[in-house]
Amino acid sequence: MLGNQEVAEALLEKFGDQVFDFEEPYGLLTLSTNRGEIISLLEFLRDHKTYQVMFLTDLTGIHYPDAQDKEFMVVYHLHSFIHNFRIRVKVSIAEADIHIPTATGLFACANWMERETYDFYGILFDGHPNLTRILNIEEMDYFPMRKEYALEDATREDKIDALFGR
Amino acid sequence: MADIELLPHNVPSKTELPELVEELTTLNLGPTHPATHGVFQNILKMDGEKIVSGEQTIGYIHRAFEKIAERRPFYQITTLTDRMNYCSSPINNLGWHMTVEKLLGVEIPKRAQYIRVIMMELARITDHLICNSILGVDTGAFTGFLYVMQKREEVYEIYEEVCGARLTTNMGRLGGMERDLSSTAIRKIHEFIKSFPPVLRELEKLLNRNRIFMDRTINVGPISLERALSYGFTGPNLRAAGLDYDVRVMNPYSSYEDFDFIIPVGQNGDTYDRYMVRNEEMWQSLKIVEQAVNNLPEGPYYADAPEYYLPPKQEVYQNMEALIYHFKIVMGEIDAPIGEVYHAVEGGNGELGFYLISDGGRAPYRLHFRRPSFIYYQAYPEMCKGSTLSDAILTMSSLNVIAGELDA
Repeated sequence: MLGNQEVAEALLEKFGDQVFDFEEPYGLLTLSTNRGEIISLLEFLRDHKTYQVMFLTDLTGIHYPDAQDKEFMVVYHLHSFIHNFRIRVKVSIAEADIHIPTATGLFACANWMERETYDFYGILFDGHPNLTRILNIEEMDYFPMRKEYALEDATREDKIDALFGR
Repeated sequence: MADIELLPHNVPSKTELPELVEELTTLNLGPTHPATHGVFQNILKMDGEKIVSGEQTIGYIHRAFEKIAERRPFYQITTLTDRMNYCSSPINNLGWHMTVEKLLGVEIPKRAQYIRVIMMELARITDHLICNSILGVDTGAFTGFLYVMQKREEVYEIYEEVCGARLTTNMGRLGGMERDLSSTAIRKIHEFIKSFPPVLRELEKLLNRNRIFMDRTINVGPISLERALSYGFTGPNLRAAGLDYDVRVMNPYSSYEDFDFIIPVGQNGDTYDRYMVRNEEMWQSLKIVEQAVNNLPEGPYYADAPEYYLPPKQEVYQNMEALIYHFKIVMGEIDAPIGEVYHAVEGGNGELGFYLISDGGRAPYRLHFRRPSFIYYQAYPEMCKGSTLSDAILTMSSLNVIAGELDA
């Protein structure tokens, strides 16, 4: 079975200091990379002769409003069926320059997942064939999963968070 | 002839007939068409009866579960998961519980794990039963559908025994099950194990070797394994294309490693293979249920995790600690540890994943559902390209796209 250590070393050797923040939360190899390297990293993992991490399980976004110049994060979950090996890759991007290259060239399923991420966070995937809203209405003029949009009406006074355990 | 006066509309036009122009027809399939079995729209470009291209519009029942989840205590998110794949809600519920238990590091007793397996496999049977019998309806065999619905009803009665609800089950609790299997539930499960095989065999007799059914489904809506992987297929649809990937076997959870079952695979990835894979999976699920209910271990049905699992009511009235825990749990005042978890279970349609980020608060910082239907439905235009409209309907129903799971 393929170990986290082995893949981490191979990635360090190939990408050097472009891959960083290695972690293993609950045994899942997690690492970060830069926007410029993400596509070549995904391609390296997919086309690697022995690893064959060829399945994009999930792609999603996260909003960290307090992180300076790293307000948004795109998270890729990949899976190698041959070795039953999962890996999580994270890319942080700044709100001022909210662009990231698309993975649709590597995985057909990235299409809708990227549209969903755009729909909820406004992250722009450069080179995407059809980057439009997917679940929300087209006329919507904001990105609802961003943290600044409270779920409930902020003007209501009868719903005090402390009383509702939030 | 000359004497007969032609009525104005029978007088041949003096002008020349317009030249025939070939053009494509745009057809709106959905959003509320009975044949789509759910609220989604397909805008198809048709050349006569052949589909040239298609584009889906989804999101008609989007309910912003991921956003709502960011404001809810963990136990209240279970009710959101019910409403994703509503054909097999116990799998969603229990998958969510397992995700949180992984974050909290709670060890679940064997008995609770076995009860969960029984419920999840019964849910898989109902899920596949609907998909396969609806496929029969779409090919013109209505009787089979009504017949097997009786069996689904029996499974729903078992749900009622176990959790009190039928469709949106809210089954299980963080740390175990909300109550033990009652003797009635066990009796009903045994009855189901006995009475289901003849019914399923009859459905097989109706469809499996039926000339009309085979003509309608073989080589309809095929997808190659390579494309299926690229499109992120999982579950029966991927297995029909020829890869034996099953989360239950590859990453066993909830004691699936204790059970003896096989993973059926298809070859062509067409509608018939998807039907056959689901059909065989029902037999395998029944086998798992039988093993689990016969080897049900003794012991507690919930973990020793007083911070997360509601204490018994008797305790709450007599014991101060239990009262405090009861209050804190109900009010959602339990802080979860900081962590990042991805947990996947084999849902009715494939890998159902929960990506949970906790910042140490009472609600998730971010929760993302990896919904199999959402991911593989994007392959639909490619699969029905060049086929007729009636075949496209069959392709869609054999994919078993569930609108609730698609839109979340």
